[in-house]
Amino acid sequence: MIKTTPRFARVISALVISTGMLSAGTAFANDDLIAKGKEVAWDRKKGNCLGCHMMGDGAQPGNIGPALVAMKYRYPDKAKLREQIYDSTKANPNSIMPPFGKHGALSDAEIDAITEYVYTL
Amino acid sequence: MHKIVKSLLAASVAVSTSVAVAGNSDINNKDAMAMQEYFKNKLPGVEMSSLIHGAYALDESRFDQFMNIEEFPPYEDFVAKGEEFYNTPFKNGKSFADCFGDDPSAVKAKYPHWDSKKESVVTLEEDINKCLTDNGEKALGWKKGMMAYVSGYLATEARGQTINVVVPDDPKAIAAYEDGKKHFYQKRGQLNLSCADCHVYYGSSYVRSEVLSPATGQASHFPVYRQKWANGSPNEDGLGTLHRRYGGCNKQVRAKPFKAQSEEYKNLEFFHTSMSNGLEYNGPAYRK
Repeated sequence: MIKTTPRFARVISALVISTGMLSAGTAFANDDLIAKGKEVAWDRKKGNCLGCHMMGDGAQPGNIGPALVAMKYRYPDKAKLREQIYDSTKANPNSIMPPFGKHGALSDAEIDAITEYVYTL
Repeated sequence: MHKIVKSLLAASVAVSTSVAVAGNSDINNKDAMAMQEYFKNKLPGVEMSSLIHGAYALDESRFDQFMNIEEFPPYEDFVAKGEEFYNTPFKNGKSFADCFGDDPSAVKAKYPHWDSKKESVVTLEEDINKCLTDNGEKALGWKKGMMAYVSGYLATEARGQTINVVVPDDPKAIAAYEDGKKHFYQKRGQLNLSCADCHVYYGSSYVRSEVLSPATGQASHFPVYRQKWANGSPNEDGLGTLHRRYGGCNKQVRAKPFKAQSEEYKNLEFFHTSMSNGLEYNGPAYRK
């Protein structure tokens, strides 16, 4: 028989709440990640994605890369999208897209965030 | 004031490069024509000769704004300083005319050229400093200031002349040309970009709201007055040499730049200027 001490109750509550968050889909944590991803993507010194790609409501996008729309349809496997951002030369050795992860232009956390954001487009 | 007449021809014409001459290899002209053919197909309705105006040749309203600026160009005063410097005798009584000849309009078109004795490419800026130091004067900085003013003066004197860089039929000259071509097509830097990536494959495309200039016609208008450089200068001095821009471009793709007048950049200039063979000199020009 497990003694339901106040500490035990707090632990169980925390587990319930966090499970609830994970199952909610667009929970706080993911929203934050998406917001962070948009910030990094639009930052000229970081992703600078608008330099080449039309994406969302970004102003004056470049037209070098394809427009970033219908991303879930184009990348049913989100990991493949992350791979493209991490190392574009895998899919196309002559790619003009900088290999942001492979060349250390963006951190893993930043690439994770950008992937989440781009996946909403 | 030099007023450039805007051409209204709808048909795009390939500008012919020089006629093959015995003793000259024609490889650079073949490459230049191939590049022109590429841009002819990519930019229907754009005259190849207008590419000396770079990105401004591709958009009517940008061209109009550019023409307005060229009416009273911001580089005029600096070019005047360059002319004065060029015409001022050295302490030993000699002058630039003793190095370059009496006709200042005949100087710019001689560069860059292959020097078979030195076994290297020689640039105009290089010979400007050689003239100074041979005559006991101090050498100028390679990238801006008086070097850019003098180079700018000689560029204005040569306006309208046809660019005709020659690669002699000499294995070392051809190797230097090929070395420059290799730099141009080679990806570099953290951003993994080659000159060709932006200025050939995506020449005329938009990066945010900026237009990438096509490589054909890029070398015609140097030294260039760049507004960005002027903004960072206490006296709005935006004039800079070709090698200054090469360094900047290398830095922009987060690659370590080479030194101005290094063999790497001289070979690149040899190739890059060749890509404008058949077009007209129109330096200095204003650029954003």
